[in-house]
Amino acid sequence: MISRYIPTKSLSSLVAELAKKARVLVPVRRPSVKESVLFTAYEDGMEFELSKATMPPKEAVLPKCETLLTFSKSKDPNNLAAPALALSADPTAAAQDTIVFACRPCDARGFAVLDNPFLKGLYADPYYKARRDKLLVITQACPSVSATCFCTWVGSSPSDTTGSDIIFTAVDGGYVFEDVTPKGAVLLESLDAFQDAAPHLEAAKAVREAVLATVPAAPDISAAQEKLAARFTDTAFWDEQTASCLSCGACTYMCPDCYCFTITDEITCKGTEGKRLRSWDTCMSALYTREASGHNARMQKSQRMRNRISHKFSTYPENWDGMYSCNGCGRCITQCPVNFDIRAVLLAALKD
Amino acid sequence: MSAVESRERKIIGFLCNWCSYGGADTAGVARATQPTDLRIVRVPCSGRIDPLFILRALLNGADGVLVSGCHPGDCHYAEGNYYARRRLEIVKQFLPVLGIDPRRFEYTWVSASEGQRWQLAVNTFTEQIHALPPAVQFENAEEFLQIADMSLTALRPLGTGQKAALDELKKAIKAKLPELDFVIGWQQGYDALHSAPLFMRKEEDVDKLVWGPLNVQNLATYLTQFKGKKIGIVVKGCDSRSVVELMQEELIVREDITVFSVPCEGTLDLARISQEFGKYSKIDSVEYDDAGITVMADGKAKHFCMVDYAQGKCYNCTTPGAVMADERFGIPTPVTGTPVTPPELAMLDAMSLEERFAFWHSEMARCTRCYACRNACPLCVCRDYCVAESRDPHWLTQENTTTEKFFFQTIHAMHLAGRCTGCGECQRACPVGIPILALRQQLARAVAGTFDGYKAGMQSTATPPLLGFSVQEDNIHEKEWNA
Repeated sequence: MISRYIPTKSLSSLVAELAKKARVLVPVRRPSVKESVLFTAYEDGMEFELSKATMPPKEAVLPKCETLLTFSKSKDPNNLAAPALALSADPTAAAQDTIVFACRPCDARGFAVLDNPFLKGLYADPYYKARRDKLLVITQACPSVSATCFCTWVGSSPSDTTGSDIIFTAVDGGYVFEDVTPKGAVLLESLDAFQDAAPHLEAAKAVREAVLATVPAAPDISAAQEKLAARFTDTAFWDEQTASCLSCGACTYMCPDCYCFTITDEITCKGTEGKRLRSWDTCMSALYTREASGHNARMQKSQRMRNRISHKFSTYPENWDGMYSCNGCGRCITQCPVNFDIRAVLLAALKD
Repeated sequence: MSAVESRERKIIGFLCNWCSYGGADTAGVARATQPTDLRIVRVPCSGRIDPLFILRALLNGADGVLVSGCHPGDCHYAEGNYYARRRLEIVKQFLPVLGIDPRRFEYTWVSASEGQRWQLAVNTFTEQIHALPPAVQFENAEEFLQIADMSLTALRPLGTGQKAALDELKKAIKAKLPELDFVIGWQQGYDALHSAPLFMRKEEDVDKLVWGPLNVQNLATYLTQFKGKKIGIVVKGCDSRSVVELMQEELIVREDITVFSVPCEGTLDLARISQEFGKYSKIDSVEYDDAGITVMADGKAKHFCMVDYAQGKCYNCTTPGAVMADERFGIPTPVTGTPVTPPELAMLDAMSLEERFAFWHSEMARCTRCYACRNACPLCVCRDYCVAESRDPHWLTQENTTTEKFFFQTIHAMHLAGRCTGCGECQRACPVGIPILALRQQLARAVAGTFDGYKAGMQSTATPPLLGFSVQEDNIHEKEWNA
């Protein structure tokens, strides 16, 4: 195992050094009527911070919108009956070396959750794969937990390394970086800014244990898969539980694990060229399940919320060896306009 | 003529089929010289011109938009242009807050016989556009960020409402509950600092009801979702205006709704409060006194005074008591003085047009198109059938550009013109804090200025101004085209 130490004051120079190798996404505070902290590509002299971001860094592998292919039609003046059609797609074109710096374990675990459907299914998604292969995740072990954190419910923890390449822990006077994957080890060894971490390893471990000790005991949700499946037809339950939901997409867009997308062909005003776009979609939207016939399988918001919760705790784990597609980051609770609490619904579903 | 000599600009014209398109034809037949900058789109009636046509063109970089229809009184469809006149005037007054020079947009009336008048209109408007610098595409605007100072002086004493008649309210709800499907109120959310909507179906649910400055959500948003149900709703003064507006538009049935009103002493701006702790802190407890709340978070206590940390709308509030209610619990504190410009709008007022354009471009960059702003709005009633997501017509592309995102915000705002009660739920719901309420505030100001101080949601029998017209408009004056 490789471990390195860096004094607090050298953190920004470390990020500056990383930025020479790759695009580094760091949490940056955006002041406004309501502040937000967003992962932003580091530029020289940029101020960043280590607080938990408003949105997870999933955009590093799944942009809000990406071009899948471009197409065009041109006329051959000598043969008007046969227009020339051109199609081009390069799944690797937009991928660039990227480092996500100082995300939280719940954010990093999100990459592991996304890897399953995008890489381990029948087909690997070439667009996702290109970005994922060029991604390196440097995670900060949580220095504290909040009222909406419930990572321990889903088998994670404030110092979970799932999905990370490197994890670092804040100790007195500096940070202890430890490798998780060989890729992370290579990076740690290549950087000059570091000092030997041996004297600080015990302190780092103590910090992580102290944080974990502040987490309230997690309820046993191992029955969620069966219970939610059994609740599928219990419309009264879902109607009652989801009455306050506004059916917007804030929860899914703030979720490190939600990966639904929609594909649209956008044609320019000229009508002769266009592109096929893949963009974020949300199962909270009515359009999500509206079929070409006009039929909509999920007309009610209760059905949509049932899908969101069942996917996270029942159908996803069914497909992927029991792993939940929820990391317990709590963003869907804090960022929800009506503070809809997914934990409360889950607990209610678990009751007999 | 300078307009013809200098580099051509992109001007879009929307002309009604029956009068102005004929007028342009007459001008052509008469060989009246006109600059070539104008591209004409023919529409059936000026009443068909959705304000979004104009906004789309301007945001995409058109240098100017000219709308022309039949003279008022001459509409082929009797009254299409009367509606258009109100709408177009409000669009013109909306443009400055977006950072678009209002001189880039004019509307006028030209009949089929008025070839000369058409020539004059085109010449004058083209000259007017050439006198302005070429339009900047929204996408290419500079970066500019600024934050509104949210603290104002309140028009009434703000408080925490802890002496409110909560027990009486609970008793009344319990008494009424058998006749109703449910009553909507608030309960404590995931911690003591956050409230969440409460749907009271059974008597024991009523005991969870809370009252205080943390009841920020506007519950009127739910009313249109439960058609045919008998619903009770607990309202703050501002929420009641949304209820009234929904009644004005016949979107809810009066008899189905029972309104319980408690005088509101103000609500807290949780965005500014959590800024003090960080969004993800651990709240241990919240204690109330008359002036504010004391929050214990991560082992530290901090006091937040209502006068410093109220929501922007609360300082200007003139309706602490419900505008309309079936059961009232207590008497609201009297309001003195008149509202000032809301803080978000005041910030934009102080900027130049270029700065506003750049400001919105910078702010919209972080919009995720989650549509929380839309779904939290009590008056955005299309929801599942919103033009934002419709494929046909294809108003918005899925591209992640600031133009697309901002265009949606202008749609949302325009659809609320003369309807928005300024409850601020759109802005509060935004997970990334974009100050979109300012757009509605400008529209409310334009509507009040044009329609005798009209305020939405004050009287259930009033017709919202943009859903009606009058033959003689007192405050809408036709553009004078001088040769």
